Amino acid sequence: MADAVYGTAAVEDREAGIASRRRLISRIVIYGLLGLISIVYIVPFLVVFLNSFRTNIEIGANGLISLPQSFRLDAWPQAWSDFCIGGQCNGVARYFWNSVAMVIPATIISTALGAINGYILSKWKFPGSEIVFGCMLLGVFMPGQIALLPWAFTLGQIGLANSVYGLILVHCIQGLSFTTLFFRNYYVSIPDDLLKAARIDGAGFWRIFWKIMIPLSPPIIIVTVIWQFTGIWNEYLFGVVLNSGSNQPITAALVALSMSGTTVRTYDVMSAAVLIGALPPLLVYFFGGKYFVRGLTQGAIK
Amino acid sequence: MASLTIRNLRKSFGVVEVLKGVDLEANTGEFIALVGPSGCGKSTLLAMIAGLETVTSGEIYIGDRLVNSVQPKDRDIAMVFQSYALYPTMTVKENMAFGMESRGVPKAEQEKTIARVAALLQIEPFLKRKPGQLSGGQRQRVAMGRALVRDPALFLFDEPLSNLDAKLRVDMRTEIKKLHQRIGKTTIYVTHDQVEAMTLASRIAVMHQGEVQQFADPDTVYNRPANIFVAGFMGSPSMNFIDAEITSSGGAPAVNFPLSGGGVASLPLHNGVADRAQSKKVILGIRPEHLSRQSASNSGKQGFATMSAPVEVVEPTGAETMAVLKFGDREVVGRFSPDEAPRTGEDMPLAVDMTRACLFDPATTRLI
Repeated sequence: MADAVYGTAAVEDREAGIASRRRLISRIVIYGLLGLISIVYIVPFLVVFLNSFRTNIEIGANGLISLPQSFRLDAWPQAWSDFCIGGQCNGVARYFWNSVAMVIPATIISTALGAINGYILSKWKFPGSEIVFGCMLLGVFMPGQIALLPWAFTLGQIGLANSVYGLILVHCIQGLSFTTLFFRNYYVSIPDDLLKAARIDGAGFWRIFWKIMIPLSPPIIIVTVIWQFTGIWNEYLFGVVLNSGSNQPITAALVALSMSGTTVRTYDVMSAAVLIGALPPLLVYFFGGKYFVRGLTQGAIK
Repeated sequence: MASLTIRNLRKSFGVVEVLKGVDLEANTGEFIALVGPSGCGKSTLLAMIAGLETVTSGEIYIGDRLVNSVQPKDRDIAMVFQSYALYPTMTVKENMAFGMESRGVPKAEQEKTIARVAALLQIEPFLKRKPGQLSGGQRQRVAMGRALVRDPALFLFDEPLSNLDAKLRVDMRTEIKKLHQRIGKTTIYVTHDQVEAMTLASRIAVMHQGEVQQFADPDTVYNRPANIFVAGFMGSPSMNFIDAEITSSGGAPAVNFPLSGGGVASLPLHNGVADRAQSKKVILGIRPEHLSRQSASNSGKQGFATMSAPVEVVEPTGAETMAVLKFGDREVVGRFSPDEAPRTGEDMPLAVDMTRACLFDPATTRLI
């Protein structure tokens, strides 16, 4: 009897051993793959990052991909304010500020409008509101190139051609489909009973929006802001087609920089310029990422 | 004076008619329960009283004011939701203050009201907490507190206890009853639980398929149900229904139905109920507690009929014992005290309290 019990225990031990070994193997595979993929993503960044501190001569001698032999910060101020782009030798600063002046209002306005749209389309449905939402969704699937010519025409007509304001308008409207979709889908999950209770409590459309919906919205606001900020900052097509010269955003300037007709390719300065251009979205991710929290509606129901 | 009057109220969603002409009234201070199975339209009716659903046709008066197209906030009502619907980002205190702030009640008065209601409901310790940090029962109290700060003409409750566990539900039921006795506000209470309706209400409106089947005090609804639906819905275990026939042997009317042994049970009827029947065929309704074991005390008693029936299943619950008996091919549930409980397989001698039995017309399903 005792032997039999002992026997089962041994069998269970063996099975547990196999299971834990299997778990270990699957862990190794998972982390191995994750590590490999992160290397694929981080190596290009590392190359550019290191090159921004190497001298151009060294890059020429040792190749684009190799460990730095020297350390220099010169490329950064040069890229910022001295480097010649398209015949103007003011660096990327001007274009950087163009992008900042474009991305901040465009992100705020498109997010705010998306919140209001989403609020109406989820909580104040009216006859045909589903059709309106369906039409707005088309914008999510429509490639931007289709709107290029109509935008050029429209901006010309309203006198915003080749201006940062024109780009703000374009990005607000192009982004509306996504921001509306985000907020609408988020607000759908907020129980209708909350709004009913608020209506009985005497709150109207805007009071409910400000006092109940917005306090519940930080997760989706963060998501939308990151999405819009990076999308608008990294956008190239509208920037290069609709604006020219000193009114272009930094993405267009970086391309112009890489094609500037000087004889030598200044990889060090280019690397620094690219990193300057990539910095704001990285910072937004860095600071916004940790606010991706869910579960703020916990306690609303049950 | 009537606090709430509803006349011929109808509601359709597209082609689906959810309410088919509801009439109802609540006197000041009354506790009205709207009870019925899910989908009977009781919650829709409440939402229409609150102004959260539009009226297709008919009239709703709160006090003597027609409120059909009055905004919810102007109806002088307060509502407690099944989900509680507490504002999750606000503290308990802010939840209670929200309505008063919307109405521009001065801060000092808000403080006073919240303090009074918090004391009444014993929620002072949680005033600074958020709803997420409260237990189910505490949230339930806060939801009631939010309604109570209003001092409205009408309280609306939409299944407020159905998210609580069984024990807490019974406790809160008593709390609500105490609360109503103390503040005496007219209350409309929606529930699918007939026990809640019976224990709380001064009058019950039993709803089914968009119509009020019966609107009466709990005693009448239970003992003189208007039709088979009400009889079957109120009470647990349900009333037993037996197809039977009215006969008259020597001028004394009785109901007959076949028994499993091939015999016929003949139970005498009383006070002229047989004369009201339209046809000989009737449905006899007997509540489980109106069956008891034959004894010296009840077998000769006025209004008691005797018969016997085989016992199929016995289910003791402690305080009482349920037994499934065979009346012909029909299963009938009886409720007995444990000391007179039958054994499985026994052919149990029964005394049936015919003064409490109901007869229904099989064609209309109405009480005869």
